[in-house]
Amino acid sequence: MSAGLIYAATGCLLFVLGLGGVLLLKALLRRILAFNLMGSGAFLVLVGLAQRDGTPDPVPQAMVLTGIVVAVAATALALTLARRWHALTGREDIARVGDAGSRARRMANDRRKVGR
Amino acid sequence: MKALWRSLTVVALLGLAAALLVAVLGLPPAPVKLAGEVATNLGASGVSHPVTAVLLNFRGYDTFLEVAVLIIALLGMLAAGLPPPPPTGSRNAMLPTLARLAVPLMVLAAVYLLWAGAFRPGGAFQAAAVLAAAAVLLHLAEILAPWPRDRRGPRLAIAGGFLLFLAIAAALLANGGLLRYPPEHAGLLIVLIESGLTVSLAVNLAAFFLLRADKT
Repeated sequence: MSAGLIYAATGCLLFVLGLGGVLLLKALLRRILAFNLMGSGAFLVLVGLAQRDGTPDPVPQAMVLTGIVVAVAATALALTLARRWHALTGREDIARVGDAGSRARRMANDRRKVGR
Repeated sequence: MKALWRSLTVVALLGLAAALLVAVLGLPPAPVKLAGEVATNLGASGVSHPVTAVLLNFRGYDTFLEVAVLIIALLGMLAAGLPPPPPTGSRNAMLPTLARLAVPLMVLAAVYLLWAGAFRPGGAFQAAAVLAAAAVLLHLAEILAPWPRDRRGPRLAIAGGFLLFLAIAAALLANGGLLRYPPEHAGLLIVLIESGLTVSLAVNLAAFFLLRADKT
């Protein structure tokens, strides 16, 4: 097993770890970090697989360099959206489907109780 | 119910990890050797470092569009609404001293990285990242004030690097392809693009952190 293959295998594990974070974590900031971890795993797979026969390949390295910069830009945009969401709703996680509806119903019920 | 879903997700993720590992470890060797292609054409690229040659010559349009992606992300940020300026006066007394000592060295390192990109690891993106980090450090030390959203200078710098790249790409269209440099001028053109990109990308990356909404 060459060093390149070890990098690629580590990249696979990082990708799955990040995917688990995106699926299982609630806080938006953690999800964004987990998404970045997925990206880092994909980069490691690209670079590692390309040099599994011992010689580094400059083409995937240049692609990954491009990818890292795009990931930074996407992360900055995601963080801005998360801050905006926090400023508008006061929440740090995304409401589940139906949450907003049930809360509206609860508030309507409360109002009816107060009315009586 | 929730715990059941969580454990099912973890089991599915473990299965995915195993499948990915089997696929990656059992992959046959690559049928095309791009490293050899790069090495044979390196002489005509204008630079002697293969990664820089791929980034700015063989796959120049990737880099060009990447700069556009950074600008689009910044536009998205401006559209989504900027965060308010941070509270002032809470700084550590050591931080301004550290920033004043470190920033000149960071600028020096950035210039070196830009120059080194032609023949060893380095280049415009690394130099821009160091410059942007220097700007963020100055901002955290409260030496550099946050930028209001309609500040003219950062906008001109960000657009300038991209427009320089676009102008060179358009001028080279006569050669029969986007960013197909004539070999005898390739080195000069790459240094020109990289210098413009360093300033523009550094301001763009710093703007992600320093652009703040006006005080209300």
